[in-house]
Amino acid sequence: MKLGATANRAARRFISSLPALFGVVVFTFLLMRVLPGDPAVFFASGPQAGPEEIAMIRAQMGLDKPVPQQLLLYLRDLSQGQLGRSLTTGQPVLVDLRNRLPASLELTLTALLIALVAAVPLGVAAALRPGSLVDHIVRFVCALGVCVPTFVSGLLLIYVFYYLAGLAPDPTGRIDIFMSQPPRVTGFLLIDFAIAGDWEGWQAAARQLMLPALTMALFVVAPLARMTRASMLASLGSDFVRTARSLGLSRRKIVVTYALRNAILPVLTIVGIVFSTMLGANVLVEKVFSWPGVASYALDALLSSDYAPVQGFVLLMASIFVLVNLTVDVLYGVADPRVSVE
Amino acid sequence: MSEAGTAPSAAGARGGAGTNGAAGPLLSVEDLHVAFSTRNGVVEAVRGVSLAVSPGETLGIVGESGSGKSVTAFAVTRLLDAAGRVTAGRIRFGRQDITGANHRQLRSLHGAAISMIFQNPRAALNPIRPVGLQIADAIAAHESLGAKEGRERALDLLKAVLIRDPEKRIDAFPHELSGGMCQRVMIAMAIAGKPSLLIADEPTTGLDVTTQKTVMDLVAAIIAERGMAMMLITHDLGLASRYCQRVVVMEQGRIVEEAEPKRLFVAPEHPYTRRLVAASPTASSTIADLAPGSAPSSAPAEPPKPAPGTPPLLEVQDLVKRFDGDVTAVGGVSFRVAQGESVGLVGESGSGKSTISRLVCRLIDPSEGRILFDGASIGDQPARGFHASPLRKDIQIVFQDPTESLNPRFNAFECIAHPLRRLSGLRDGAALTARVRECADRAGLPLGLLERFPHQLSGGQKARIGIARAIACRPRLLILDEPTAALDVSVQAIILQLLDSLRREDRLGLLFVSHDLNVVRMMCERIIVLRNGRIVEEGGRDAIFQRPEHPYTRMLLDAVLHISGPSTVAG
Amino acid sequence: MTSATLRHTVWVLRGNPVTAVAAGGAFVLCLVALIGPWIVPHDPIASNVANALKPPSAQNWAGTDQLGRDVFSRLVIAARLDLAIAASAVTLSFAVGAVIGAVCGYLGGRLDRYVGRFVDILMAFPLFVLAMAMVAALGNRVENIVIATAIINLPFYIRFARAEVNVRRNAGWVEAARACGDSHLSVILRFLLPNVLPAMAVQVSLNLGWAILNAAGLSFIGLGVKPPTPEWGIMVAEGARFIATGKWWLVAFPGLALMLTVLCFNLLGDGLRDILDPRMRT
Repeated sequence: MKLGATANRAARRFISSLPALFGVVVFTFLLMRVLPGDPAVFFASGPQAGPEEIAMIRAQMGLDKPVPQQLLLYLRDLSQGQLGRSLTTGQPVLVDLRNRLPASLELTLTALLIALVAAVPLGVAAALRPGSLVDHIVRFVCALGVCVPTFVSGLLLIYVFYYLAGLAPDPTGRIDIFMSQPPRVTGFLLIDFAIAGDWEGWQAAARQLMLPALTMALFVVAPLARMTRASMLASLGSDFVRTARSLGLSRRKIVVTYALRNAILPVLTIVGIVFSTMLGANVLVEKVFSWPGVASYALDALLSSDYAPVQGFVLLMASIFVLVNLTVDVLYGVADPRVSVE
Repeated sequence: MSEAGTAPSAAGARGGAGTNGAAGPLLSVEDLHVAFSTRNGVVEAVRGVSLAVSPGETLGIVGESGSGKSVTAFAVTRLLDAAGRVTAGRIRFGRQDITGANHRQLRSLHGAAISMIFQNPRAALNPIRPVGLQIADAIAAHESLGAKEGRERALDLLKAVLIRDPEKRIDAFPHELSGGMCQRVMIAMAIAGKPSLLIADEPTTGLDVTTQKTVMDLVAAIIAERGMAMMLITHDLGLASRYCQRVVVMEQGRIVEEAEPKRLFVAPEHPYTRRLVAASPTASSTIADLAPGSAPSSAPAEPPKPAPGTPPLLEVQDLVKRFDGDVTAVGGVSFRVAQGESVGLVGESGSGKSTISRLVCRLIDPSEGRILFDGASIGDQPARGFHASPLRKDIQIVFQDPTESLNPRFNAFECIAHPLRRLSGLRDGAALTARVRECADRAGLPLGLLERFPHQLSGGQKARIGIARAIACRPRLLILDEPTAALDVSVQAIILQLLDSLRREDRLGLLFVSHDLNVVRMMCERIIVLRNGRIVEEGGRDAIFQRPEHPYTRMLLDAVLHISGPSTVAG
Repeated sequence: MTSATLRHTVWVLRGNPVTAVAAGGAFVLCLVALIGPWIVPHDPIASNVANALKPPSAQNWAGTDQLGRDVFSRLVIAARLDLAIAASAVTLSFAVGAVIGAVCGYLGGRLDRYVGRFVDILMAFPLFVLAMAMVAALGNRVENIVIATAIINLPFYIRFARAEVNVRRNAGWVEAARACGDSHLSVILRFLLPNVLPAMAVQVSLNLGWAILNAAGLSFIGLGVKPPTPEWGIMVAEGARFIATGKWWLVAFPGLALMLTVLCFNLLGDGLRDILDPRMRT
């Protein structure tokens, strides 16, 4: 019964997120319309292409039709998975994105994991002893953490761990150029190496991943720890924790079952937002570490006025975000019995 | 031993009930001092309280807000929040001194020897854990037992607190239960560890009148059945007088008097107790009785006789209000208020009484029905534009929570001047100042406070500002939406007197919305009883109180607790 | 009342040395942004290849870059541009967001649902990516950085103002204002906005830091400001090429400037919360 309600809720949330996704599609479409320059000119054979050729290309691309009709054509292309072709790589955008997405996801998810593992215990420790040394340190780190831009912290990490300490490998790419790639199964190097049983390669990939993941994690540890601390403090001061104390429950039961489980709910809701910030920060981190992900792909395309990949990238990010929010929603629905009432 | 029950500072009443058995008191507190560290330095909330509870006895602690009664209870159980601390005194439970008990000792004490129930029961339960598991947690805190046995025992406890459908409720979450059921679950948890003392901290505050009675009857029955002692902390003298064998009265952190309720409430000795008892409305008290001598009481009520043929001041016909999602808050209500008449709207939460007050005040639009003021239809003027109506100043309202009803960024002067500027066209200047001062004076607000902001004023002072603002434009109909529900009884007494005399002086029509039958009886000539958005009974004050016809009205009246000796409670 | 506010402010600052320091820092920053060009020790644009990539010294306090330009002078000059971008972006989104949010929060209903949906769509983007795309679409210019930063801040202000107004719209004093003859519009303008503004001011201060980081991030990836204009993000981007060879000062000093600026505004925001809350006054 509970499961059915959760599935029901997930379906409803998904349907209600469709307008948002549709909005994104329309937005990216309009974005392309207002871009400086005429797309037809880009697709023409060269700068010397005559007006006839451009007009022909315009007709071919449907650019001479009224805007609503163009939108329909665009939607038709989208539904067939056609995102256009990248001018710089010469590949269909969809193929490029598919090849590069695992690199970005591996980085982002690893960073999120590191951040959560660090932030939740820190926040809880600070909340259990407010005003203590631990609390002051955590609060100081949080205040500082949100102030350092990722591109600066990434570069400083390179300076310390690569230049000074020599612990980290050359900060370019996912894997040493001389290492052989594992057979592609998931595209996640750590998983693919593990499947292939190549532990040396796994280690190399992990070492390469460490600094960029750490950079990104540092960026989001602060908001997560701050939120954990605040909601843990609120739930430790709540009436139901007082009830639990008045009944003589063990400290572990009070802290974990009563306080923490309630405190984690607000943290869960901001994980979605944190993830979205990380998708944005990906652009910067991938640039700093020459990481071959979707964000650096889009950035290169953007700087060379190649707009189809940018469009595809924005669309991809929005879809991922909708998916992540859906997951968070479903998890929240499982964790908090109150939401299913609506 | 029995001397422990007397406070050094207590005025009179030595020995109290004196029924202590040979075993000595279960709980004794000697010269307890509790201090809180705040932004403004250390504040002493409890200053030398001594009391004792014998096995099987029910001791009441009564007092108004800030008297330190709840702090005393939390200090006894050592559940004070981080800012509070016991600075002096001794607390003994049985033969054990628990003043300096460590964590482990307290843990074995909590739940197994002393347990508590709280006000706002829904917040007191873990919102994301089924209530059955929470009860099982409470049992497992003091004995080891498996999940299956825990569930069975939890079920037994749910049956013991008379929850309907216990097999179904055991898996429910707190938000799926009513406030009264949450309090029953809380009671089940409190008795799970078989304690010998139950501390009940305002256990019925926030519950509806009828629920209050059933919950308290249940607590009393369980206490009697298990031979437990109880410490009942309440602001409600009626509650204390009905359920306690002995009562202590606290004021500003000290015990001022201690006695059996019969003696205490019939012949109070300490001046504070006398004031408190006088201020608590009873079945026969009048407005003038509430605070003798503090306000010149005007002539006794004489129902104003309007000239025949004149339309009533307010007439409401078949009023319906539906909110989004087809929730019908008010379902076809008709009544009248004559010029200078006072009509009471009585009902429990969800009865639609507050919605009616906002409809009549033209703050929200009715879905159906007519509202006539002085014979002119005002219900069809949209609420959005009513601020510009010439009738706006004739209908004014006083809200429930005095704090909430004042703009935090306006000082008292601005609050009262606001309607004068808007509705009476008085701009800045001597005339405005004079009118504001006159209104403040009539509402009994010291003129020296006019420059203060709401957060710098007490609840009673804020209530006076709300009243001064409402009467500033000389309205003809004044709507009072639970105007004293958030106030202490002694403040309530003075505010009620004020409202009553203002009404007589200005011949105001009064629509008095309240859940408190005693208050309505004193303030109103005619009473309308509401339930679920409909009128169940309407009639003159005496008719309703002496010959109620509808069973619901009778139930409401039965639930009212009157100050008298303890009644026998079924065991 | 004004003197009371002043006294209260002084009292709060005395009790919160951190806020006092942050306020001082913010003041110095604004001062530097104003008079920067007259106090720099060197010309921030003039290159001197013979003196390139020198570490910090008595001559060049923060070292020199690959063209031999004085890093410290460039940092000082850049303050004006960075602060101006952030301040104008935040002002823009604050003004628009507060009004839209307050109106929606107060009126509720269909308008509120549509705007809420729009805000959801806006927030469905990773916002930095959105800013990137907008700068690309509108043109790679500084004013478009401002607009893009303002737009990605907008949903937060709308949400914030909406929530703040929404919790107050059924408060007794709002209903009392209507009973006293105020129209809906006047309730929003004279009652709700003044009560919401303090909380919004805190948001502004916190947002200023975020806006600076966003603008710097955009110029770091090559959007908006163009070299050789001194700007903190660009300076980091230029220094990035030399970090692997140990030229730390090219990254560390602009990074430090960014960090301290954001820290100042964040701490100030926290402090403002205390100062502006009338309930904290005694």
